[in-house]
Amino acid sequence: MADRLSPLEPVYRPGNHGNLAGGAGVVLGERQPGSIVQLAVWSGQERPALAVMLDVTGMRLPDGAGSGSAREDIAAFGFAPGRFLLVSEAEGLADRLRAALSEELGTVTDLSHGRTAFRIAGAKAEWVLAKLFAIDFALAAFPTGAGRSTSHHDIFAQIQRSGPEQFDLYVFRSFARSFWHTLCRAAEETGYEVR
Amino acid sequence: MLIPCPYCGQRDVSEFTYQGDGNRTRPNPSSTDRAAWNAYVYDRTNPAGEHREIWQHSGGCRAHIVVVRNTLTHAVVASSMARARTRADRREPT
Ligand SMILES: [Zn+2]
Repeated sequence: MADRLSPLEPVYRPGNHGNLAGGAGVVLGERQPGSIVQLAVWSGQERPALAVMLDVTGMRLPDGAGSGSAREDIAAFGFAPGRFLLVSEAEGLADRLRAALSEELGTVTDLSHGRTAFRIAGAKAEWVLAKLFAIDFALAAFPTGAGRSTSHHDIFAQIQRSGPEQFDLYVFRSFARSFWHTLCRAAEETGYEVR
Repeated sequence: MLIPCPYCGQRDVSEFTYQGDGNRTRPNPSSTDRAAWNAYVYDRTNPAGEHREIWQHSGGCRAHIVVVRNTLTHAVVASSMARARTRADRREPT
């Protein structure tokens, strides 16, 4: 297994930061999943393509725009019409998916080196993210497992709610360090712990 | 202003890029009809009222959508996927 290098390395400071009067309101961290993969499905081929995804990953997505499912070892969600992001702790997911998916159904793109994965968890996670993105983070509007495509200024982000108080964010790797600064700054008010 | 993306739902206008008048029909690329090209490039209806226009949800799902917007009030009365219209124009099965 190759070493995984982080674009955050020079600025990643584990420990407690910001306003800790009420304890840390959120925990921030970088995840380093083994695979980040985009599945793009040709028009009208969603059902057979998602059946292949189920075969390969065991992930079954509910119907509907932005629907998804999150487990600790693997997560998937729709982020655009006919497009899905799959994130796995295991390496090699793109190869396994590509081998199983006919070109008649869609295409597989390995983004493992192109995205940086952040996790924000805690009672104030919705509050901190709502400072950055103009979307509704309330559980009723953004249920667990669901995904959203949005942006903070020009930094594009794909966000999945992976728990009632937990979100995973996928940001272009070249923007990751800048976005990490922004995320930390937004969390100063509530206090944050970096793990 | 909020724009309803058919995929993402209501989103702030800052996530979208305006792609122009949605009433134009592009001539066949091999056409040498100068009047048709002139109309495509320059003629705009510019209504004070409901206007059909193309937007891209560039800061979201990146889909192109057809929006009917009232230019006086900014009220959006309809939105749909541009790809659906393209398909209908080409009479392709969806
Ligand atoms: Zn959208």
